[in-house]
Amino acid sequence: MFRPRIIPCLLLKEKGLVKTIQFKDPHYIGDPINAVRIFNDKEADELIFLDIMASRGSGFFRFPRPVPIAFDMIAKISRECMMPLSYGGGITTTEEIKKLFGIGVEKVIINTQAAENPGFIREASDFFGNQSIIVSIDVRKNRKGKYEVFIRGGTKPTGKDPVQFACDMATMGAGELMINSIDQDGTMAGYDTGLIKTIADAVSVPVIACGGAGRIEDLYDAYVNGHASAMAAGSMFVFHGRKRAVLISYPDRRELETLFSETARTL
Amino acid sequence: MGNLGSIRNTFQRLNIESQITSKPEDIINAEKIILPGVGAFDRGMHNINELGLLPALRTSVLTNHVPILGICLGMQLLSNRSEEGQTNGLGWIDAETIHFVFDSMDIPRKIPHMGWNSVNPEREDPIVSGVNSDDRFYFVHSYHISGIDEKLVTGTTEYGYTFPSLIRQDNIFGIQCHPERSHRSGFKILQNFIRL
Repeated sequence: MFRPRIIPCLLLKEKGLVKTIQFKDPHYIGDPINAVRIFNDKEADELIFLDIMASRGSGFFRFPRPVPIAFDMIAKISRECMMPLSYGGGITTTEEIKKLFGIGVEKVIINTQAAENPGFIREASDFFGNQSIIVSIDVRKNRKGKYEVFIRGGTKPTGKDPVQFACDMATMGAGELMINSIDQDGTMAGYDTGLIKTIADAVSVPVIACGGAGRIEDLYDAYVNGHASAMAAGSMFVFHGRKRAVLISYPDRRELETLFSETARTL
Repeated sequence: MGNLGSIRNTFQRLNIESQITSKPEDIINAEKIILPGVGAFDRGMHNINELGLLPALRTSVLTNHVPILGICLGMQLLSNRSEEGQTNGLGWIDAETIHFVFDSMDIPRKIPHMGWNSVNPEREDPIVSGVNSDDRFYFVHSYHISGIDEKLVTGTTEYGYTFPSLIRQDNIFGIQCHPERSHRSGFKILQNFIRL
């Protein structure tokens, strides 16, 4: 039986695992390798790791130093992973992608570079095949109340409309699009299903919903009403209870199968 | 060829000695051969030809009957040809590789077929020892094998319709999913292959 993918989306900062709220206040939650082992035991569908500093740079914001991609750390994660692994953060060249695939990463996630240099997506998908190239799009409502694409870890507005940008990226060869709502991030209040649906209906490639999942019903909502092909979540899989105690969890397989078996919508 | 790293990682985890190679002599000396591949059909065949691996592969697989497992694109390369490209395949399995066709379906499905699905064993075979309908495997592909003698089909998968996802002809095996990233289910298949 085929069912949509449920993907823990884990954030890396200085080799530790963190979780943000609306892309801010990274809160340390533990060791990434330990998290991978737990997700192995629970047989998670896929894992996404995003280095939240890699494209933002460190140092004073007017003089950012680029943070190099933590290849050693990613290699350790990859060796441990028993499911497909995607990595995003600071990728700007095909050489870096080649190195990531060499250490066992299945898919790379490109965000800032996709907006600043769209031709890079064409180059990367021609070279590596589009099934291995995910473009992630960070979206927030701007002061005028309109959706806008942000880059550099949500710190820099681009003036781009997310739906048009998503279509452009699919045309350029992105094999999947990950739509991350900055406003919903870490709130556990549910996905921005309307935004997800608008984009999923506008493109033919699979869309991964991200940002806001707090309950298993939210996953169902993004699938049935948001037309997402996969649902990613962070807080939902690393926090437990109202006090947000750190506890890594993943929905039971039977629970997911029951949840998604009753819907007529197919991917 | 994106999944070489994860195949090597998986064999390390299973304590199975493995080597990534592009040298004909390594292929001749191998006890088992994995033919991986992510990407396009023509590039895959081009790489095999360009690296001068075809004579060594032929000797090992066709003359010495060394077991070979084609994974994903590697499985499709075993066929005669593919709708994805112009280059001829290895032609070791008399079959074609075709694109998913959902034209006549009421509910069209997204292509690629990406995610977890079952491989339903169609016959008894050591490669599917211990595998049952409860096992799940990770798929990501837009093309699949078609027009194959059903006696060669060891396992099938359903995505819109049923297609061959595990094939075997003597010492030649092909699997459409990625056992190297399919948790314990995938490890079963790889261990079965190594034990042959």
